Amino acid sequence: MESEGRRAAPGRGSGLVTALLLAPATAWYLLLLIVPLGILIVFSFGTRSDVGGYAPGLTLQNYIDLPTRWPAFQNTLTLALIGTVLCAAIAYPLAYYLATRAGEKRTVLLILVILPFWTSFLVRTYAWLQILGTNGIPTLLEALGVEPRPVFLNTPAAVLLGIVYNYLPLMVFPLYVSLERLDKRLLEASKDLGANRLRTFFQVTLPLTAPGLVSGALLVFIPMMGEYIIPSILGGGKIYFVGNALVDLYLQSRNWPLGSAAAIGLIGLVVITVTIYLRLTRVSSQRDVSLL
Amino acid sequence: MASSTVASSAAPRPGRRRVPRPGLGADRLFRTHSALVFLFLYVPIGLVVLFSFTAGDYAGELRGLSLRWYGAAFDNQFVTRALSSSLQVGFLTGILSATFGTIAALALQRVRPRIRTAYDTLTYVAIVIPGIVIGIASLVFFVNLFGFLNPLLEAIWPAALGPAPHLAPGLQTIVGAHTVFAMAIVIVLVRTRLAGMDRTLVEASADLFATPWRTFRQITLPQLSPAILAGFLLSFTFSFDEYVITSFVKGNITTIPIYVFSSIRRPPVKPDINAIATVILAFTLLMLVAGWLVYRRGSRRSDNSVPVSEPTADV
Repeated sequence: MESEGRRAAPGRGSGLVTALLLAPATAWYLLLLIVPLGILIVFSFGTRSDVGGYAPGLTLQNYIDLPTRWPAFQNTLTLALIGTVLCAAIAYPLAYYLATRAGEKRTVLLILVILPFWTSFLVRTYAWLQILGTNGIPTLLEALGVEPRPVFLNTPAAVLLGIVYNYLPLMVFPLYVSLERLDKRLLEASKDLGANRLRTFFQVTLPLTAPGLVSGALLVFIPMMGEYIIPSILGGGKIYFVGNALVDLYLQSRNWPLGSAAAIGLIGLVVITVTIYLRLTRVSSQRDVSLL
Repeated sequence: MASSTVASSAAPRPGRRRVPRPGLGADRLFRTHSALVFLFLYVPIGLVVLFSFTAGDYAGELRGLSLRWYGAAFDNQFVTRALSSSLQVGFLTGILSATFGTIAALALQRVRPRIRTAYDTLTYVAIVIPGIVIGIASLVFFVNLFGFLNPLLEAIWPAALGPAPHLAPGLQTIVGAHTVFAMAIVIVLVRTRLAGMDRTLVEASADLFATPWRTFRQITLPQLSPAILAGFLLSFTFSFDEYVITSFVKGNITTIPIYVFSSIRRPPVKPDINAIATVILAFTLLMLVAGWLVYRRGSRRSDNSVPVSEPTADV
């Protein structure tokens, strides 16, 4: 069926082969991605049946009720935003060091940055449960004479720490790439023109590495918004993310339609973020062109 | 790249109004910051490993050294069963994702741009949508699907074959749901590799009258294999460790993340969790290192095989 494919590919088989090769991916995307998301959309316009679950309907009530879950959305957005900024603030100097000053060690160091990210997510979060829990730092501080014993667990700060810790490696990589590509002669020129380091950083380095910063922000912000494990473990069910609200709506109160509306809301946030990202990158690439 | 760095930092222009400080202070600052970040990244994990060797009764402390809790963990039937479920789920997800993702990536090279864009969009959707949404959506889908299929099966099942099978969430649904994300990752990896691949070899092979299948086996596949293997290992580690989606579609299967999560939600946490966590860490680490080594060897080999005319150009 795809007989008008690329002519550059010599010896390509028939369209039937292509269709067969695509069949499993098509089936998977259709059955386990498109249809389930479609069901969520349909559900979000339905009503809760008396025993819980879903009853067919066509109402906007669930979206009108969505503001009752506003605290979860607010928590998610606030902590994900602060988390992204913190990641950027921590990752930027590290990436700068790796790209400009680390010398031959940098490959090894880069691998060391990403390695924790690919080890168990659950274990990494649990590690902080142990550190922040009663027997961890609080006991240590108490022994040092801090009165009363401070509580870290189940606070927004603990969740923030958790998300920054888990997603920091994702921020380092795009920053590293953009800093590494940065033409060092521009810094030289800026210096020659009398700019001090701070001014060079804000007027040359930062604008030129902005694309890396924006990509890194996207890479950490999106998974932070969808986070469920970290607020559950380090927030103890007290710091609610949208993910936690979803689980509650689906499994506890069994209000599937409202849960679906909240899920669509979360997808909406992701879509808005990606749109902003695309807008930003387009603007910055246009600016690059106009610079020339 | 490295040479320009050296040149710019080694030759500060003299005679300017503001002679920059020799950069030593800044250097130390950056170095300290980086060291702190690495400590931040590794100390928590290190503590988990360290505490797993405690001889005491409580997690989160080291009271004497022993392998007591490793013994306790592996004597626990729930743990070994969960571990085996996770290995099965990870392996099946890895195989399915690597296979389906690779053939899809190959096919996407040969379809019309509009179709390719559609699949690429779906791939990004699969990667970007939060796991929690995928989990809930999959749950609702499977509940509906099985609610529809089970009565149907019962109605048409021939009595001679005994009772009709009852479809329920379990290992298959976990693998199915994991494969969406994992396959998307493989498609991205293999498509990246295909884009960077030298087409002249494929063309040469065709010119030398090799059949398309033979060209694929002898030229394309060897060049792709590092990406495919990396895709398999990433899928495996992702699936092995996945909690959120699994928790919705698991039926009554317990995987190792499910076990760990439910244990740490019910304090007091026993040190056996640290032992299990260490085993998980060691295992994922092993997979990653293996994958990285193979990937590096594979890509180096295929890079070397390109300059056929000048074998001495090898470094």
